[in-house]
Amino acid sequence: MTTKPNKAVITERSREMRSNTRNDEEHTMTALKPGIRAPDFALPAAPGQKISLSDFRGVPVVLVFYPADWSPVCSDQLTLYNELKPEFSEFKAQVIGVSVDGVWCHLAFSKNRNLQMPLLADFEPKGAVARKYGVYREKDGQSERALFVIDAQGIIRWSYVSPVGTNPGADGILKALESMAGTG
Amino acid sequence: MDESNTLIQPVSERDHAAGPADAPLTLVEYGDYQCPYCGAAYPVVKRLQNKLGRKLRFVFRNFPVTQAHPYALIAAETAEAAALQGKFWEMHDLLYEEQTHLKPDIIPLWAKRIGLDLAKFANDIKQDVVTNRIREDRQSGIRSGINGTPTFYINGMRYDGPPDYNALLEALESELVPQRR
Repeated sequence: MTTKPNKAVITERSREMRSNTRNDEEHTMTALKPGIRAPDFALPAAPGQKISLSDFRGVPVVLVFYPADWSPVCSDQLTLYNELKPEFSEFKAQVIGVSVDGVWCHLAFSKNRNLQMPLLADFEPKGAVARKYGVYREKDGQSERALFVIDAQGIIRWSYVSPVGTNPGADGILKALESMAGTG
Repeated sequence: MDESNTLIQPVSERDHAAGPADAPLTLVEYGDYQCPYCGAAYPVVKRLQNKLGRKLRFVFRNFPVTQAHPYALIAAETAEAAALQGKFWEMHDLLYEEQTHLKPDIIPLWAKRIGLDLAKFANDIKQDVVTNRIREDRQSGIRSGINGTPTFYINGMRYDGPPDYNALLEALESELVPQRR
């Protein structure tokens, strides 16, 4: 059964789209910027196991906030970064994924896609770490697609918030890692 | 824009291209032969080629997602080895048409089916020229900001729309400059 959406629905949808665009712009502004110390956190990486950002002091960290596991493309953002492990390893960089999904969901997703990086559960309190980094979408209850490249001393050197629905790829991350390596 | 979404390596003679070199539209696909989304894109590209005819040049480059797709690399090597005998598109098409049957054992049968010299094929598939080609494609893809498979570039700009026929056709046609008489 198809019915033409009525005027109220169309208005509501365009209001939502404008709101989403505003949200995107807001988050581009609220996401933590380079030069700031990356807030430390401790999140579950597996049932009964927590990982802290400070565990990785001494190597660059690529922090990948993403909305949810199980996006319907086989080569989504995390699968791509997983594929690029050799490139990231050249910089000794550790990739870490963060979403609001729970540990069991992460476990199944990770196994399904053969992912080699830790996936952290920003589950309880929901989105607390995403909020610390300025990338939590209150309306959706998920984080933005946001990337933070953090140097070996724990300082953010590059950050990027991708427009909703766009997978940012890896080029920005690699450029950031290269420029960090260039300055020692 | 903090990140790249343009084709870093322009299309050249080293590429597998179907269509005129001076076509107003160039569609580049970075693809994985075992990826079901690339499998779904295959008939879409064929339709676009039929629709746009000589206005379209289609280029295929490799991005095998080896961690997720165990046969993606061997399939890419197969197509590149077939290319050395001038039958790249025959093998590319066969790989996608028979995607559900893809596994290492079947490769020699497919090589035979498209009339390859099997001894030469078996030798070529292990050569550096094949490995290097795939590695070059992978690197250029990464630098061009590919964000999944398939990733399409229309006249050098990454296409971020849905991979269905109508959306791609619209994006391609919007690139056509009005013809002057």
